[in-house]
Amino acid sequence: MVAFILRRLAQSILVMLVVGLVAFFMFQFLGDPVNQMVGVDTPIAEREALRERLGLNDPLIIRFGKFVVNAAQLEFGLSYQHKSPVTDLLLERLPATIELSMVSAVIAFALALPAGVYTGLYRNRWSSKAMLTLSLVGISVPTFLIGILFIYLFAVVLGWLPSFGRGDVVTLPGGWTTGLLTTSGLKAIILPALTLGLFTLTLIMRLIRAEMLEVLRTDYIKFARARGLTNRAVNFGHALKNTLVPVITVTGLLLGNLIAFAIITESVFQWPGMGRLFLQSIQEVDLPVMSAYLVMISFLFVVLNLVVDILYYVVDPRLRVEGHGGGH
Amino acid sequence: MSKHLLEVKNLRIEFPTRKGLLTAIDDVSFHIDEGEVLGVVGESGAGKSLTGAAIIGLLEPPGRVAGGEIVMNGRRIDNLGYEEMRKIRGREIGAIFQDPLTSLNPLYTVGRQLTETIMTHTDMTPTKARERAVELLTEVGIPAPEKRVDQYPHQFSGGMRQRVVIALALCVNPKLVVADEPTTALDVSIQAQIIALLKKLCRDHGTAVMLVTHDMGVIAETADRVAVMYAGRIAEIGPVRQVVKQAKHPYTEGLMGSIPVIGHTDEKLRQIEGSMPRLTNIPTGCAFNPRCPKAFDRCFKERPDPIDVDGTEVACWLYDKEAAHV
Repeated sequence: MVAFILRRLAQSILVMLVVGLVAFFMFQFLGDPVNQMVGVDTPIAEREALRERLGLNDPLIIRFGKFVVNAAQLEFGLSYQHKSPVTDLLLERLPATIELSMVSAVIAFALALPAGVYTGLYRNRWSSKAMLTLSLVGISVPTFLIGILFIYLFAVVLGWLPSFGRGDVVTLPGGWTTGLLTTSGLKAIILPALTLGLFTLTLIMRLIRAEMLEVLRTDYIKFARARGLTNRAVNFGHALKNTLVPVITVTGLLLGNLIAFAIITESVFQWPGMGRLFLQSIQEVDLPVMSAYLVMISFLFVVLNLVVDILYYVVDPRLRVEGHGGGH
Repeated sequence: MSKHLLEVKNLRIEFPTRKGLLTAIDDVSFHIDEGEVLGVVGESGAGKSLTGAAIIGLLEPPGRVAGGEIVMNGRRIDNLGYEEMRKIRGREIGAIFQDPLTSLNPLYTVGRQLTETIMTHTDMTPTKARERAVELLTEVGIPAPEKRVDQYPHQFSGGMRQRVVIALALCVNPKLVVADEPTTALDVSIQAQIIALLKKLCRDHGTAVMLVTHDMGVIAETADRVAVMYAGRIAEIGPVRQVVKQAKHPYTEGLMGSIPVIGHTDEKLRQIEGSMPRLTNIPTGCAFNPRCPKAFDRCFKERPDPIDVDGTEVACWLYDKEAAHV
């Protein structure tokens, strides 16, 4: 187990280095950042000074080395656009994105689990069929459209919920801002969280349903019933647990997606998170912000994958290598 | 009113299909006494497993019991609700399935699966149930049961897993065990061990067994009585010695004739010509008539009902003709 985790850690570091390389080379090919930062009439000497200050004149390999070392210390340089450290910019917006993603993840999983189990167990009921049809909407309609529909219905027509922003935020010790402690903040997060979570919700629900159908057909479920175990024990103890391995895999990746691809939801709802910062930085060719975002998101996926792999071990005893006793 | 442990009367199982009703089991009647081993043989699709599934109340939909009764210990069980039937399953009627590799939940230890079953049906405390689990593993011949009880199914070999399955089926001493091809998926060398174990345990506990198999050797060695099924009906049912040694139904004769005899190397393997009819087009009269070497007019017109011949019940007109001649 420890050896396995160490091995995965080594792989993760390799993955991060490759991502760092990609992020770094963005600097080289996406135009001259100096042109973006200064006016047309800036003298050449001043441009050169700025170039020197930003470290753009060093050889490539040294710059990459610096980039990696700095990145490891969460140091991504100055934003071209905002003229302030990228890390500060990202950290400032991190709570908004994390809160949005977590709330939508909780909503998605809390609804997907019972819905998936229900539609798997009672697949012939009309309610199951209705849920499945509805879930197709969640899968096929693009996020921005759902967001706009929500805004139209709940903000414009009904006027129940705000259509943009985060509402009032409270700053917690440690600098984390949260909107979850104020009424307006809670109201503001409902629509974006639903919009963002809908795809995840429907996908996980359908996955759990498909897995349940598969597992319910297996011999060990038949045998569990033949032993007279209660429905609850069979359905939840035996069947649901066996659906977990594939569900964990997909869930881990979807969790990453929720954070990484909050971009669209954030721009629809004017949510002051990292996604919007990223979109702005693309428009302004703000390379340090772009590469920092790239590195951060990849780091997130790498961590999630590691957690997923460790969870496999917790759930499935067949993966635990120690104590092979078979073959008599 | 009846003294039989299990009585199946005129059982009919139907499957509604797009083309209409399919009768998979038609008018099947038999009984099992306490402590008795009834072997059920027949070709694949003859309805052996289906009959077993109906008895434990786990017919897979859309299949359903469309007629007849199943009476266990004087109580009719074929019309019970799921929850009532659940309490009978495991407690009064145990079940063993074909494939031990897939019968156990891979995510739980063998001990947990045993204690769970024991505690579902009895008031035992977890500690007591665990002790009982170790006892059961010892009884089914698993070495180092104290250690094995905490292991997962994948740490057991196929034969060992079938022993665990047997322990699970017998863990609260049911009166009857429906064993559906318990050895088919195992190595030939292990089959005999498992059958011997099952036989011994059931004799020790006075458990009756409905042993579904297509292995006549297993039947001859284990069963007290044997039922031969063909196309959803019982062709012949009687004491094992009579059925094996003096088969009466031409189908049983064919079955017995197709067992190769060791030593007769010059002979071709004998087989029954043709194959069992599909359930969608069972011939009128006796279902076996297209393959029967002794078929005559009546076999194509009327369906034979079981007739008692020297203690064996045979569904064949050959014997009715004899009776009529006397």
